[in-house]
Amino acid sequence: MSATGLSSTSAPSIAEPPSTATEPASGRRRRRGMTATNKRNLRTGLLFISPWIVGVLVFILYPVTYSIVLSFTRYSGMDAPTWVGVQNYITAFTDPLVAKATSNTIFFALIAVPLGLLVALTLAIAMNQNVREVALYRTIFYAPSLIPAFAMSFIFIVFLNPQFGLFNQVLNLFGGPNINLLGDPTGVKIAIILMAQFGAGNAALIFLAGLRNIPKTIYEAARVDGAGPGRQFVAITFPLLTPVLLFNLITGVSGALQVFTEAYIVTNGTGDPDAGALFYMMYLYKTAFGFAELGYASALAVLLFLAGLALALMIFWLSRRFVNYDVEAA
Amino acid sequence: MTSTFTPKTSLSSLQVSQDRDELNRRADGTRRPWYSTLAARAVMVALSVLFLLPLYWMSVSSLKSDEELAQFPPTLIPETWEFGNYVDAVLAMPFLTFFANSAIITTSVVVLSVLSNFVIAYSFACIDWPGRDKLFYVVIATLFLPFPVTLIPMFDMWARLGLVNTLFPLIIPAAFGSAFYIFLLRQFLKQIPQDMLNAARVDGASEWTIVWRLALPTSRPALVTVAIFAAVAAWNDFMGPLIYLQDESVQTLSIGLQTFRSVNAQDVSFNQLMAASFLVILPLLLLFFIFQRYFIRGITIGGFK
Repeated sequence: MSATGLSSTSAPSIAEPPSTATEPASGRRRRRGMTATNKRNLRTGLLFISPWIVGVLVFILYPVTYSIVLSFTRYSGMDAPTWVGVQNYITAFTDPLVAKATSNTIFFALIAVPLGLLVALTLAIAMNQNVREVALYRTIFYAPSLIPAFAMSFIFIVFLNPQFGLFNQVLNLFGGPNINLLGDPTGVKIAIILMAQFGAGNAALIFLAGLRNIPKTIYEAARVDGAGPGRQFVAITFPLLTPVLLFNLITGVSGALQVFTEAYIVTNGTGDPDAGALFYMMYLYKTAFGFAELGYASALAVLLFLAGLALALMIFWLSRRFVNYDVEAA
Repeated sequence: MTSTFTPKTSLSSLQVSQDRDELNRRADGTRRPWYSTLAARAVMVALSVLFLLPLYWMSVSSLKSDEELAQFPPTLIPETWEFGNYVDAVLAMPFLTFFANSAIITTSVVVLSVLSNFVIAYSFACIDWPGRDKLFYVVIATLFLPFPVTLIPMFDMWARLGLVNTLFPLIIPAAFGSAFYIFLLRQFLKQIPQDMLNAARVDGASEWTIVWRLALPTSRPALVTVAIFAAVAAWNDFMGPLIYLQDESVQTLSIGLQTFRSVNAQDVSFNQLMAASFLVILPLLLLFFIFQRYFIRGITIGGFK
């Protein structure tokens, strides 16, 4: 019933030829109002993006606003939220576990993001080589990105097992001691950072798209001018990749702030030893779904949102100095 | 006199032209001679070994017996192939139920994502409406919104609708567009010549007809790319099922592995765990290998400006 109603109202309006609406004759009216084509395009355009508009309202605007409101309340999910003012924010700034989780997350981001960019760029350059079997390399380098974080975590748990894991067996072979990397507060972070590098395939594909977007003629000209591979990379490849680098940098930072699954699995949901793998997102999750303090968790989420926003804006602002949008111009 | 110089000059000019040919060939993307790529190949083979290690390690460990797993030095190929590990892994949890739930979620998410994002991206790329490019900035802005800030209200909303513990909270949002896919598809759609679309419009084709008959078939590589990204994200989602699905009957494979491990916390059978992990990844691996060619093309041809 609703389907027929939909098709009778919306479908013909799209198919409607412009003949019913008369074209405005004078240029004055054309400037002030819209032409019939413009109007029709606007209607069709908005109709086509209507799912996105609904999505933004229901899945972004409403929850973000509601999160902000909830962050000023005490709310268990059962009873009605009670207003507590900025209490949650005061608690957040004095909570030692928040401080711990924040410093863990910063530690993670500071190492994982630059390392991730380096790995992804290396992979992309390898994926872009003019060799016959290049399709094979692309597949191989991307394949580990298909391994979900939870499965990769299990692989690392086995790999790093202090009794029979390959990691310790190799260490022993060289006369090294048994190291329980996952039993050490810093070691567990490093393990998670290394683990994350196997998922560099997605960022690498985006770098690859950027590499293939650089006109070959620029390299040709550089070669004629006698520039070697190193010089070509510094003078051409890197500057022209900076827009893509910016994209990968921001998504990388955003992802690092939200690191969760690996830590959850590796530490079996605890974040231990010594809260070494208690990342911000994990503490947020525990607060919300473990302790049922949804108001406090909302405040933590809002703070994470603000931190992410501030970082993104800062990166954008700094990027004006190094991001080069002249690919087409060159 | 000239005759003695002529071959020399022609030889050197031949040399130059050969160099230029070489440059052109490289620029065109054709192969260099094998020796010039030897070093590059060595690096790539080393990288390949490193990146295949997790998959290799997982599949080999999954086939070893308990004793062989603890053996040192580790065997590169299992001495005895313990396929029984796979049977044990499947029997250790309601594997079929979990698999079915994962499959339902993933299939629905892929279909909804491809359809909704394609129509939205088409509007942003191929229909010329006022305010379009400004609104596209908003699309890009939502790309950088961290999801935790929507987490609790969304849970609250689904709870009020009585849909927690059903698959709907993990499926329905896919119908409403996602910034990254819109962005990806728009880049691709921008390359369709506008003249072709306008010609169809002049011929009286409706915008829907143009979308389904012209734009959609042209965009197959980009659609495969979105489909694979969406499939990987849905199949591998851990936090979504962790939050929304509590009953075993609606649980997915990603949580299934975790349960598997918790149950056996004291005495974990790592070979069975690896077997289960490998079974979880297998459908995605197959999907990727089948569509690999389209996938890489979809993301690289689209460019990134």
